[in-house]
Amino acid sequence: MTGAQITRLPDGRLHLHEGPIDLICQAYGTGSEAAHARAVARFDGLLRELVAELPSLRGVDQPTHGPIARVMAAAVAPFRPVFITPMAAVAGAVAEAVLAAMVGPGVERAYVNNGGDIALHLGPGQTLTCALAGALGSGGTVVLRDTDGVRGIATSGWGGRSWSLGIADAVTVLARSAAMADAAATMIANAVDLPGHAAITRRPAVDLQADSDLGQRLVTVGVGPLTPADRSRALDAGLASAQAFRARGLIDSAALFLHSDLRVLGPLFLPHPDCTEPAYA
Amino acid sequence: MTDTPEKIRCDACPVMCYIAPGQTGACDRYANANGRIVRTDPVVMLHHAAEKGGRIVPFASRDWDGDPVPQASVITGIGSGTTYPDYKPAPFIVSSTVEGADMVTVVTEAIFSYCGVKVKIDTDRFLGPEGATIRAQGEAVGHVTTAEYGSQMLSIGGVHHLTGGAKSEGRATCAAMLALCNAEAVELVIEGGSTVVVQAGQAPVVDGIAERRMRVGCGSATIGMFASQWQGLVDEVVVVDDHITGVVSEHQAGRVLDWPPTGIRIKGHRSTPGRYFKVSEPGLGWGGTRLTNPLEILGDWQPKKGARPGLTLLMVSTTGEEFAYFVLDDALQPQPADLPDALRETVGLIDENCEPSLCTVLFMGGAGGSLRAGVTRNPVRLTRSVQGGMTRLTSGGADCYVWPGGGITFMVDVTALPAGAFGHVPTPALVAPLEFTLPREAYLAMGGHEAAIRSLDQVMQQGGEYPTAARVEPWPNE
Repeated sequence: MTGAQITRLPDGRLHLHEGPIDLICQAYGTGSEAAHARAVARFDGLLRELVAELPSLRGVDQPTHGPIARVMAAAVAPFRPVFITPMAAVAGAVAEAVLAAMVGPGVERAYVNNGGDIALHLGPGQTLTCALAGALGSGGTVVLRDTDGVRGIATSGWGGRSWSLGIADAVTVLARSAAMADAAATMIANAVDLPGHAAITRRPAVDLQADSDLGQRLVTVGVGPLTPADRSRALDAGLASAQAFRARGLIDSAALFLHSDLRVLGPLFLPHPDCTEPAYA
Repeated sequence: MTDTPEKIRCDACPVMCYIAPGQTGACDRYANANGRIVRTDPVVMLHHAAEKGGRIVPFASRDWDGDPVPQASVITGIGSGTTYPDYKPAPFIVSSTVEGADMVTVVTEAIFSYCGVKVKIDTDRFLGPEGATIRAQGEAVGHVTTAEYGSQMLSIGGVHHLTGGAKSEGRATCAAMLALCNAEAVELVIEGGSTVVVQAGQAPVVDGIAERRMRVGCGSATIGMFASQWQGLVDEVVVVDDHITGVVSEHQAGRVLDWPPTGIRIKGHRSTPGRYFKVSEPGLGWGGTRLTNPLEILGDWQPKKGARPGLTLLMVSTTGEEFAYFVLDDALQPQPADLPDALRETVGLIDENCEPSLCTVLFMGGAGGSLRAGVTRNPVRLTRSVQGGMTRLTSGGADCYVWPGGGITFMVDVTALPAGAFGHVPTPALVAPLEFTLPREAYLAMGGHEAAIRSLDQVMQQGGEYPTAARVEPWPNE
């Protein structure tokens, strides 16, 4: 078994990896060194702590004990009775747990990016600029201020490593915590859908991953060409669910991407059409 | 034991995923292949004259059975993984001795948004207008570029199609390039032109018909090559070609043989004697024209200039695939007749001299700043070293053509790489293996990651950053 891998990147960021977890961490301020050391300490054993409760976390309404498991369970609870397991919030909750360890004296701001699910710490008067790379040609940046109350950003969609019941290419959510953003992004991405549409290919989750928490539920494995009317219908379904979550105070903002179309909800997303995802070179 | 393969536990990390055959675990990095946990992307090592079909060498020390790597193995970037974005040395930095010199090979898989595929289609048929958009899965993925000798060039991909348009365009472009690079067949639809199935190393299929032969030359060149062999067998030969149609009695090659005039008239733009442009429109008929009846390009026969009843005429395309033989009747109208055996041989000779039509696919990519940082702390020195010929650049063990000018922009024949060498990331972008090989001293002088250098044996014992398998493949083209 390969253990945890800890790498300090030349630009000052910290890369923590074990199993399916990849975290990029960064703290700013005179206390950043100490913050990184605390992140490393918190990461040690973190995966094992989660794995110990994995059967409960893959179920609905099972008792949870560990601190991260409890954050996961709490984050998904408001979305019931629709099907959701605590695993929908695992990436955000892990990011949050490591970030919480980083916060301390001399740390003005910090973030932990867990594969696109990001937990933020912003001290008084601090801002953080985040690039939004949800959809090519429609990306932009979001400037978050400490007064906004947003401490989590998460993105979900069908093309990623985890499975989606919907067809959104990406749904990016800003919320008061990373775990909540993670759970909400999952639910909104599930809602961007065209049930029964012939262009969408779905397979039972267990056929793709034997121990998936989604069991026999059909997850999206292919989305063919869609008409503009189809795209509108799917996005509007997702938008309706995002609006409902926002009305209940669960999320701050959301951006929904499907092929070339986009829906934006909330005050913080002002996508700039001239910004595109940076090209690799 | 049962015959059905079982789900197994992966012990690569504490999650201990339960993985069914053919599936990957939660990390997407480990999979169940026939009841064994494997890293999903084995490192491919090329070995001169390895036994056919290659073999798998386990990379992780826990599985290492001590079976030595064949001598003269070359490690490739295929499956090496990448350390993008640039935060650590490349996955494999391997020292070895080549002909007594201490060499270092830096092995990586590079992610290319700046990449494209250049396709050469051996055909004289008109596939579509220059500049026309090429579509795959309904999305614009490239364009028709220049017509070259006996072939049509297509340009697929490039950063604008990959990341400059709608997400669906980027995905379709990435998928088309990936399939082309892995020598799979891809259907390309040319706006205002044909639908072409392109597969590296295979004949192009144009509108459902597999292309067979490249033309032996243009119509004029064909006249030049075969005029002396036709002499005495036939009174007139017309080689029908969309580019330049040749007429032997008027052509310079006929003149030097004192070929008598025949009073033939060709409808088309005369370029020089015996050479005609635009006898028809480009198409899928004779010699890349739209012609199905070659007589359409002939005007009235001129008795004053030599036309006479009984005069014989051979019409043939530049590939010898289409041919017809006529005899002028008393009204000087060409009437079809059986091709004499002696002439059939000359038609066969044209056919024999045509090379098989193929699709050739070159991957073109630019290795930019971040990738170079995995090789050295001073990236521009790597560029200079590659440009200066000190560092040899290979892709999956295949030689690359490196463009002069800025950056490390290279092209490689995709059929020279082992099968399945190319991958992709959802960005979308293509992943291609790259190896930089240079003398150890030069590597250190350019700011190379000295601490990361390992011997080939060490690499084989320890594997890469993660336990993985290494696949030993025969050297391409051997």
